[in-house]
Amino acid sequence: MAQLTHRASALHKSIPAVLFAARGLATASTSPITVETSLPFTGHKIDPPSRSVETSSQELLTFFRDMALMRRMEIAADSLYKAKLIRGFCHLYDGQEAVCVGMEAAINKKDCIITAYRDHCIFLGRGGTLLEAFAELMGRKSGCSKGKGGSMHFYKKEGGFYGGHGIVGAQVPLGCGLAFAQKYSKDESVTFAMYGDGAANQGQLFEALNMAALWDLPAILVCENNHYGMGTAEWRAAKSPAYYKRGDYVPGLKVDGMDVLAVKQACKFAKEHALKNGPIILEMDTYRYHGHSMSDPGSTYRTRDEISGVRQERDPIERVRKLILTHDIATEKELKDTEKEVRKEVDEAIAQAKESPMPDPSELFTNVYVKGLGTEVKLFHYIHLFLSRLLTTIVLEFLL
Amino acid sequence: MAATILHGVGATTALSSINYNNSRRSLPERKRTSLVIQCDGSLSSGLNISNNRGAKLSTNAVAQTKQENVTASTTSKPGHELLLFEALREGLEEEMERDPHVCVMGEDVGHYGGSYKVTKGLADKYGDLRVLDTPIAENSFTGMGIGAAMTGLRPIVEGMNMGFLLLAFNQISNNCGMLHYTSGGQFKIPIVIRGPGGVGRQLGAEHSQRLESYFQSIPGIQMVACSTPYNAKGLMKAAIRSDNPVILFEHVLLYNLKERIPDEEYVLSLEEAEMVRPGKHVTVLTYSRMRYHVMQAAKTLVNKGYDPEVIDIRSLKPFDLHTIGNSVKKTHHVLIVEECMRTGGIGASLTASINEHFHDYLDAPIVCLSSQDVPTPYAGALEEWTVVQPAQIVAAVEQLCQ
Repeated sequence: MAQLTHRASALHKSIPAVLFAARGLATASTSPITVETSLPFTGHKIDPPSRSVETSSQELLTFFRDMALMRRMEIAADSLYKAKLIRGFCHLYDGQEAVCVGMEAAINKKDCIITAYRDHCIFLGRGGTLLEAFAELMGRKSGCSKGKGGSMHFYKKEGGFYGGHGIVGAQVPLGCGLAFAQKYSKDESVTFAMYGDGAANQGQLFEALNMAALWDLPAILVCENNHYGMGTAEWRAAKSPAYYKRGDYVPGLKVDGMDVLAVKQACKFAKEHALKNGPIILEMDTYRYHGHSMSDPGSTYRTRDEISGVRQERDPIERVRKLILTHDIATEKELKDTEKEVRKEVDEAIAQAKESPMPDPSELFTNVYVKGLGTEVKLFHYIHLFLSRLLTTIVLEFLL
Repeated sequence: MAATILHGVGATTALSSINYNNSRRSLPERKRTSLVIQCDGSLSSGLNISNNRGAKLSTNAVAQTKQENVTASTTSKPGHELLLFEALREGLEEEMERDPHVCVMGEDVGHYGGSYKVTKGLADKYGDLRVLDTPIAENSFTGMGIGAAMTGLRPIVEGMNMGFLLLAFNQISNNCGMLHYTSGGQFKIPIVIRGPGGVGRQLGAEHSQRLESYFQSIPGIQMVACSTPYNAKGLMKAAIRSDNPVILFEHVLLYNLKERIPDEEYVLSLEEAEMVRPGKHVTVLTYSRMRYHVMQAAKTLVNKGYDPEVIDIRSLKPFDLHTIGNSVKKTHHVLIVEECMRTGGIGASLTASINEHFHDYLDAPIVCLSSQDVPTPYAGALEEWTVVQPAQIVAAVEQLCQ
């Protein structure tokens, strides 16, 4: 099944060649390359990390492939939605790929990520497969939530991905809970609770921040600021759109969210900070090409020039492509081949998902409660059965 | 034997705890010790597993008004006496001792010991992280509890008053109730949300709310209401052990009830109702504080020659239709007495449910006595009239049994 290329948590560990499907990645070098982020970081009550990021050819190629895969997936989802194979709400992430790919590069699967409804790509980053994603979008039973969640409810327990939530802002207190549990079990991992610029105005965010700061929870609040809360521009919704400063007593960092290396650096920095000092806010300055969702054309509240401008100047995939070409890591053609490969993977996954069956009607009633309802009834039932069978056996043995 | 198995390997539950294991299925052919007003815990000494839903229940009935403290005495084991809030604490403490994943969070639960003393002393014993004093932020600390539960912790979230949990409604409804389903079964939410509700003593409208009606349609949660120290401890333990989210409704006026409860460990079933007083003329279904109004009315009714069967439904979601059904099939008359609001309350749902399942057995329409659809007034006399009083119960039974 098509999956994202794995990433070692430490940059210098060599990544097993078998995990790479693309030609060229296996032979790419892991020796460090230092790149400067396009923009400096801005700190609030904290000294920002250095602009120089260590990466490697292998990592850059991985970034390119992963982001291309995500981009392709989202564009395919667009077509599927228009073909009415995906229904309801569908919020696409294209343009914002650098945020989740950069984040994954800095963390491991023990760290938790929780986000809102723009979750398809983050799901992939956490180890979800294309098939699980498309099947879920199309409501099939091989979807990651058995077809019962839909676009806004992707989860991957083994990958540390806690969803996938439809109500704006409600995932942030949940994220604090994840961080609380991490602190409780002392397992040296952190939680990235992601939300948007729209959700940044929710009261529960500040409540959660207060608690996280009070108890030094290893929570990193990541504001994916794509500058529009559905149709409302940030300057029309927020008195102070400097979301990284909103934490007041909680330090913050403003990051160029279209630069995957900057994101990686910031997340690495944030993880170290959170483990030692408690919460920190990361504001990712990013952009979504699609509208808020598939029901929103995305052009009534912003100009097409703005959208194409960002695409030309700041597209995350193009940026990595330039880096790769500048450093002679791969040729144009090789990169184009990667894109073709990725497109093929996506098409195959869609074909497979289209074939997969709908959930059985009985699935309507499964997973409402954890099986057995309560604790005593089921256990007692089984013990009773076991004992009565045992008793019957003994009696029969005795009689016969 | 089942008791020891239920409590896992290494439990030191004595075999004599079987004494409390009386199946109280109200099947006509089953003998039962009579429980009118005296409480007695003497039960059959054999292991009664009549069917696959045996219960570990003592058929203690505490018929008393909320002011009196009548102690229940058991004839087999001495047990120990305590107040309802202490019983809750005992259950909570036992579970915290047993499982390090169990933790408590809420306002003033730690250093202050809980506004109703349910968590008194626990912070000293288990530390500030495990008995967490939260800021006044119900929405987010309930959300935090749910997030923690997703990872495998078993938090108990205390609402200082149930009414405050309205602020957390989104978290309780969307995340607590639904995450198990929307994640396709990947995450379970073993959280307990508890707190006192109900009409108190002139606490005013906002502090006298009954939220069971608001929460009852949330899919995926279970709701139970405790009414005696015995069932408070048992239900608390069962709720903590349950892998489903459970909302445990306590009542502000019942915290000082005194009762003698067993020394041995026991856990009650979350989905079962309690037979308080068997009878044959009318089935009276009730829960929480109204149980005591009903039992007070029962005294009067018995003197007038009626034989009411009183069932404390305990499980508000799902209803124990097995017990209720057996009773309806016996008496053919149903009276529901609840403190919930009339419109859309538990009684309304229960009426619909009984009508749907046991219509053929009813000789008369179901009568439901609920609180008035008004905000609870401050003035004492007015407050008294928003809830159902024993006199009304007596009148209703008399009319029903004509």
